[in-house]
Amino acid sequence: MSNGYVAHAAGYVDNEGPKIVSSRFVHEDGHTLARYLETGGYVGLRAALAKTPSQVHDEVRDAILLGRGGAGFPAGIKWGFCPPGVWPRYLVVNGDESEPGTYKDRLLMECDPHQLIEGCLIACYALGLSQCFLYVRGEMALAQERIAEALNEAYAAGYVGKNILDTDFSVDIVLHWGAGAYIVGEETALIESLEGSRGMPRLKPPFFPAAIGLYGKPTIVNNVETLSNLPWILENGADAYKRYGSEASPGTRLFAVSGHVKRPGVYEVEQGVTTFRDLIYGDNFCQGMREGHDLKMFIPGGGSAPWFFEDHLDLPLEAKPVGAAGSMLGSGAIVIMDDSTDAVQACLRVVRFFARESCGKCTPCREGTTWEEQILRRIYDGHGRPSDIDMLLDVADNISPGPYPAAADPSQGLEAVPFPPKQTTICPLGPSSVAPIVSALRRFRPEFEAKITARASIPVSAG
Amino acid sequence: MARLNAENLATANEILSRYPVKKSAMIPLLHLAQEQDGYVADDAMAHIAELCDVTPAEVVGTCSFYEMFKRHEVGTYLVNVCTNISCMLLGGEELLHRLEDKLGIKHGGTTEDKMFTLEDYECLAACTEAPCMQVNYRYFHRIELDEAEKVIDDLRSGARTDIPPHGTLGKVRQHIPTGRSAGIVPPEQANEAPVWLPAPTPEGEGS
Ligand SMILES: Cc1cc2nc3c(=O)[nH]c(=O)nc-3n(C[C@H](O)[C@H](O)[C@H](O)COP(=O)(O)O)c2cc1C
Ligand code: SF4
Ligand code: FES
Repeated sequence: MSNGYVAHAAGYVDNEGPKIVSSRFVHEDGHTLARYLETGGYVGLRAALAKTPSQVHDEVRDAILLGRGGAGFPAGIKWGFCPPGVWPRYLVVNGDESEPGTYKDRLLMECDPHQLIEGCLIACYALGLSQCFLYVRGEMALAQERIAEALNEAYAAGYVGKNILDTDFSVDIVLHWGAGAYIVGEETALIESLEGSRGMPRLKPPFFPAAIGLYGKPTIVNNVETLSNLPWILENGADAYKRYGSEASPGTRLFAVSGHVKRPGVYEVEQGVTTFRDLIYGDNFCQGMREGHDLKMFIPGGGSAPWFFEDHLDLPLEAKPVGAAGSMLGSGAIVIMDDSTDAVQACLRVVRFFARESCGKCTPCREGTTWEEQILRRIYDGHGRPSDIDMLLDVADNISPGPYPAAADPSQGLEAVPFPPKQTTICPLGPSSVAPIVSALRRFRPEFEAKITARASIPVSAG
Repeated sequence: MARLNAENLATANEILSRYPVKKSAMIPLLHLAQEQDGYVADDAMAHIAELCDVTPAEVVGTCSFYEMFKRHEVGTYLVNVCTNISCMLLGGEELLHRLEDKLGIKHGGTTEDKMFTLEDYECLAACTEAPCMQVNYRYFHRIELDEAEKVIDDLRSGARTDIPPHGTLGKVRQHIPTGRSAGIVPPEQANEAPVWLPAPTPEGEGS
């Protein structure tokens, strides 16, 4: 396909720049063991096995490998939270990718499953994890198929299972698949689901998975992309990894840029040194807004992230500055909206998602997200009441006591409120529903008011 | 409809053998039942309860939580149109409405001939490829309205046969060859440090 797209890896753009996790996406047979071995496959595992487990852990800690699932927590530090002497320990791979705007784990699973498997093996070796469960989102039939094929090949060739590469390192990797529930992406809900239960989050503390996880045992939960970085890090070393990106966010990261840009796609990007402006307007990336339109707003980190605007374009793709400006990089999902977008409609659509996906375990989220959706729906449909905006903010405040994280609005003289939000709920899903509401109301309140006053002019008939 | 048939029971037992705790196999087994019958039948849930050593109510509890499990018959082809934010921006709702008109049903409904069920779906992890849809969880990226209609026509006429009926996900299953497993045991029986870890130093594990 033209314009940098790769036909068999839908949406991936093979642009210029370092490739750490996406190097095999250009190969149509990149998912096979044969191609994997031809292109440096399982070299990282061999390098790991030549070291002691704690040396491997040190290498990952030195690389400052930040989690790619949403929270951005360094993997090496999380790995250190397993209580010593408690066995067995498990690895659960989070391949549940369902955050609105997020599209990169599916590519990694479909196009390079062996890289992920190798990453899992490295983590299991380093931490003494005795079994790994690879939890793939239910709706991803091809990813499940590719991983099953890859595991079958890897078992047959001696890379997975008993006495891996003739060492005394042995671990089973089991493909598991979900059945449609966004909340299962939250790590404790993922564990509940893997135990065969309804996917409802557990309270933290005490249920931090590294201490009390699967079957009550220490469990490391890592995202697909996080683990996919490990083969490269072990092959090339932490120092080489840190040559890319910035000091606080080394390496590269996959960003899915969707919406109203000329070349939407999945890009491997150096973290920290690239800005939103580079990504949206750069020739090497999305090549600007679609013809005849200007940027209105963008979501920097998936549906759960507060919105950004024109004034945030020069922020680097790095957790700290983005957090200080009132949002998050989240799952590497950037949604670009131009001036044709109706702010109320966009807000309603994201809120509707959270209302639909609330697991129902806590009242503020279960009831609150439903109220939010209904109020927004009637405003959007032209049936809004003058008191609706206050009611919306009041419901939001019950889920996430304010001030809720938000970008600065210089026109209103409002400062940025830094991320993360406060919550009255068990997990962050409830508070996430507040992100689009506060964002849209801070900047586009007149759009809401216009829809509400328009109603006043509609003649009311009896009954 | 039915309990798992003999062939699927063998598959179920193989799946069960990969988990240290039987109940963990519940979701994969529910998928297996759905593959067999096109939906998850009550008898199949009772059978799964026996296999996982839990009560039938626990199986219903789990089954009813997850959107993909259908406890009543649906169409041979389940068409999921994404209308979440990235797709909404590029015509996801128009696509849904076009297919509603084409099929003569509202989303959530099934055509009279039981060929199609249409759903208004959440983000499918194809956001850069908007608008997108799935038929039985097979992707259609950046799909035009007319193309979507043609997919329906081709499935209806039998011109297109590459999509298996509702219930079948990945066509390849994992198999751990005999003698290659590291050994899957209940957690309470795996309470020793793995052999490849060096003996702990006095300060702990050195990590
Ligand atoms: C509501 C919710 C949904 C989430 N969905 C996902 C997901 O789909 N994939 C993912 O990797 N992490 C998801 N997370 C984050 C996980 O809880 C967890 O932090 C992550 O998998 C850890 O992996 P990492 O440290 O490698 O990033 C979600 C979190 C929340 C609160
Ligand atoms: S915040 Fe919402 S999704 Fe999270 S546990 Fe509570 S009810 Fe469930
Ligand atoms: S928003 Fe449609 S696939 Fe993500």
